[in-house]
Amino acid sequence: MSVDTATVRRVARLARIKVTDDETERMTNELNSILGFVEQLNEVDVAGVEPMTSVVSVKMRRRQDIVTDGEDAVAITANAPVTEDNFFLVPKVVE
Amino acid sequence: MTDLTALTLAEARDALKAKTFTAVELTDAYLAAMEQARVLNAYVTETPDTARDMAKASDARIAAGKAGALEGLPLGIKDLYATKGVHTQACSHILNGFEPTYESTVSANLWADGAVMLGKLNMDEFAMGSSNETSHYGPVVNPWRRDGSEVNLVPGGSSGGSAAAVAARLCLGATATDTGGSIRQPAAFTGTAGIKPTYGRCSRWGLVAFASSLDQAGPIARDVRDAAILLKSMASVDPKDTTSVDIPVPDYEAAIGRSVKGLRIGIPKEYRLDGMPAEIDALWQKGIDILRDAGAEIVDISLPHTKYALPAYYIVAPAEASSNLARYDGVRYGLRVPGSDIVDMYENSRAAGFGTEVKRRILIGTYVLSAGYYDAYYLRAQKVRTLIKRDFETVYAAGVDAILTPATPSAAFGIGEKADADPVEMYLNDVFTVTVNMAGLPGIAVPAGLSAEGLPLGLQLIGRPFDEETLFTLGSAIETAVGTFSPAKWW
Repeated sequence: MSVDTATVRRVARLARIKVTDDETERMTNELNSILGFVEQLNEVDVAGVEPMTSVVSVKMRRRQDIVTDGEDAVAITANAPVTEDNFFLVPKVVE
Repeated sequence: MTDLTALTLAEARDALKAKTFTAVELTDAYLAAMEQARVLNAYVTETPDTARDMAKASDARIAAGKAGALEGLPLGIKDLYATKGVHTQACSHILNGFEPTYESTVSANLWADGAVMLGKLNMDEFAMGSSNETSHYGPVVNPWRRDGSEVNLVPGGSSGGSAAAVAARLCLGATATDTGGSIRQPAAFTGTAGIKPTYGRCSRWGLVAFASSLDQAGPIARDVRDAAILLKSMASVDPKDTTSVDIPVPDYEAAIGRSVKGLRIGIPKEYRLDGMPAEIDALWQKGIDILRDAGAEIVDISLPHTKYALPAYYIVAPAEASSNLARYDGVRYGLRVPGSDIVDMYENSRAAGFGTEVKRRILIGTYVLSAGYYDAYYLRAQKVRTLIKRDFETVYAAGVDAILTPATPSAAFGIGEKADADPVEMYLNDVFTVTVNMAGLPGIAVPAGLSAEGLPLGLQLIGRPFDEETLFTLGSAIETAVGTFSPAKWW
């Protein structure tokens, strides 16, 4: 399978990364090179093989269903680029 | 006084215990070495004040007879580890200004044992790279040079700053992480010892995530013993990482120097690549001879799905990365570039914040996970991963204790040398290491000799799950036979 520039633009849009025309052109070539490389996986017979979901077969540990943190808005917003009164500020999303 | 930075971590530990010098003196020696070595660009942030404060506290604890396992020992921390109040950006512009309000579990374990933080180490952006050339802070220079040459070489990646700092004696040891070879490949390129432990051995909490099912923390150190000492402190079960495993952490240092007699070492024929440089092949044979002479039994084995590990990795890792890196939205932390509306702001921030390699991997990951392609790519890759793991399980079930392979297909290359190459060519650096991540196994890289041009070359040992001890035993056997390697100081 290979991708064209329209597909790369669509994927970039899905990934929320703005790309220039030059970048789109270059990324298309690079993505096709990588997709060409991974193509060889089609040689492998995977019939009846379970997909891996975890490399170590352990039972998920459960913790007590209790509140262990919170009430820490200052720390949570400390690194935000724009805040007001411990709220994250974003551009207007609802008219 | 002799140069304190010439001591290994174990030697410095013992000297501090014997009160030969103080932790403050040791720390000052490292801070001075770091200042002289800025041309290597190994550190992205130096924390001299914190270091001196921690060293003073260590001296007080040593005086009070309350020294921890790493008391007073100065370490460098990869920029991927969250360190409270200190620069933590995974060397990406998108985390511009990020200083976490919390500490990663692994670094917290080190401080609890008395270690001293010297600063944060350079790395490939988000650990995506094999040469440390994708860092927002510029490439790291390998302290090693080819004989008679002044050409600057890469230290490998992604833990290039960690490897260069250890090799150049800018810290006693360093934390690193390994998703596809990011500890072992730079260790091999710099003549240092690096271990990627079994998935789940160290907590991933507080590590900037790249590919969560593959990422593991581990140390890079001067020698195998130092790596064992560091891993003992780094490893722990952690309620904040449900994939960390609740198995006691052994005394890894006790495994150093144990007899290798009777251990069965597998030599996988699939690692003998077409066109592999003769000196890599010769190095591998040297490793085989060393272990056989030490009493190990050498057996030929087959890991038939080896060649599919790298292509499967380049689906799984970017897929997980595209998901993990979705959090960088210009809202909660880091860089924000304004836009005409919120989506425009996201797109501008991410376009300005991510470097080329990171964008490439996010796009690949987004593509292979997008509607209609999931089964063909991601699901198939995860099935291939099952087969890769099964290959290892089969040989271990047949009585093999560990597997010996080369660590990298070549010695370190020049900075910029592969700039115009196809991205896949750079990815091939990890051809011997990536299988280990795909199967979640432990792997250690140990220096085993020098190339014809005078550059370090490494061997890799792959172990059974949670059997890091055998790797330390075998690694120390190789080290005993070949010695350790240090670059000639030119900086």
